[in-house]
Amino acid sequence: MESAFLIEKGVIILVVFGITMLIALYSTFAERVLAGYFQDRLGPNRAGPGGLLQPLADGVKMFTKEDFIPDTPNKVLFILGPGLAMTTALMTSAVIPWGRQLTLFGYTATLQAADINIAILYVFGVISIGVYGIMIGGWASNNKFSLLGAVRASSQMISYEVAMGLSMIAVLMVSGSLSMHEIAENQHGFIDWNWHGHKFAWPSWYVFKQPLAFLIFLICAFAETNRTPFDLPECESELVGGYHTEYSSMKLGFFLFAEYVNMFISSAIIAIVFFGGYNYPGMDWVHNHIGENMATIVGTLVLFAKIFFFIFFYMWVRWTVPRFRYDQLMNLGWKILMPLAILNIVITGFVLIATGA
Amino acid sequence: MDIKEIIFWSLSTIAFITAIYTVIAKNPIFSAISLLVCFASIAGHYLLLNAQFLFIVHIIVYAGAIMVLFLTTLMLMNLNEETEKHKPAIAQIAALVIAVALGIVLMLAVRKANVILTMGPITGSVGDVKSLGTVLLSEYFYPFEFISVLLLSAMVGVVLLMKKDKTAALK
Repeated sequence: MESAFLIEKGVIILVVFGITMLIALYSTFAERVLAGYFQDRLGPNRAGPGGLLQPLADGVKMFTKEDFIPDTPNKVLFILGPGLAMTTALMTSAVIPWGRQLTLFGYTATLQAADINIAILYVFGVISIGVYGIMIGGWASNNKFSLLGAVRASSQMISYEVAMGLSMIAVLMVSGSLSMHEIAENQHGFIDWNWHGHKFAWPSWYVFKQPLAFLIFLICAFAETNRTPFDLPECESELVGGYHTEYSSMKLGFFLFAEYVNMFISSAIIAIVFFGGYNYPGMDWVHNHIGENMATIVGTLVLFAKIFFFIFFYMWVRWTVPRFRYDQLMNLGWKILMPLAILNIVITGFVLIATGA
Repeated sequence: MDIKEIIFWSLSTIAFITAIYTVIAKNPIFSAISLLVCFASIAGHYLLLNAQFLFIVHIIVYAGAIMVLFLTTLMLMNLNEETEKHKPAIAQIAALVIAVALGIVLMLAVRKANVILTMGPITGSVGDVKSLGTVLLSEYFYPFEFISVLLLSAMVGVVLLMKKDKTAALK
């Protein structure tokens, strides 16, 4: 292992960490501004020009508040909970391809921390251990509301992981690879459609090949990130604050922040798996006429534009759709989404055999 | 020492300590969490052997699904040190005998196995998804399908057991 390789990966990891934190920070601001817009009020507008310094003010508030630890027999687990939630939220970004190659001073770097050939499974692995932070924190709070929130969170996340994994299998059947990098590369270019003599060039994004899988994955992503309409673990009208009722100061901040990091990462995964990742129309033209670096930089910016759209979509849904009831949530997960995902796999299999792919 | 050896020994130490703590911990939640750490370190061993697929499936299935269910059940039952009952002496003796017998069987199995002492770098596509899938669906096709049928029948059995007997409720 040469040192240049280690430096390259270290820089990528640090930059991705910084960008993730920055985006999560300003997602909280964007959420409040959008909530203000949707509810026809002003939203945060006092700290800084247009309220832009509001996240910093929130951060200072979080850090300086009293760090209250309830009378619980498991203080270690109580402190471990938010840390685990944050760690697992940040771990997924390791396998996400942020762009193609970038050549700087004669050294070629790939904009991805780790291109492993089990990247999709790695994402599911991290998602599946992501529930521990909430569970352990909620249980160690020694509070009935927190415990109910934790139990809800764990059963909800297990249930929706099943449908999420099954919907992804249909995509993997089309892509033929588990590597995120290859999935993004496979969506490069256009498919020619011939419809009643009219010719269309359509981006070869997987959302057009697997629309049902995309819909199931999107719904499950909402459930996995505990966002409305599936935010039953922290349902404030029934459970006070859900799993983080007993938390205060930056421990609460970690739980809330982890949700925004999760939102960013899941938006990135949706953008890469279903919406072509860093591919954009005219990428080859830019590559041939202006240069590889420019094509890569524009690709990364395009990827972030797609990610921001999905973060906006999360917030749009949150302030539009009311919360589900718990039995409705379970029915949707097990009786509607899971059979649909299996049906999608069967249909995909038949189509792949029929077209000889 | 090579970096792989350092990782190997630290993972082994963690696995060993957490495995013992799983058994001796009084609080069932701590027991479950240390079992979780044990699973993670064993998964690390798989990764050292270049078995990436096995590593991630181990994490997803054991750490992600089974232990979550265990922890949920433990939390719902809210078991504590105070509520733990002392087992009768005969149960303790029986458990000891079974554990020793199982240990002897495992040791004999290890003794019979061919020990591969070379710890060279394991490269290539031995443990990746593609080669594993090819082997499973060609060489081991029938055992693979039989196992899936076995799992399906176990699932149907569980659903059947969970269904309440409606005729009994009517009486």
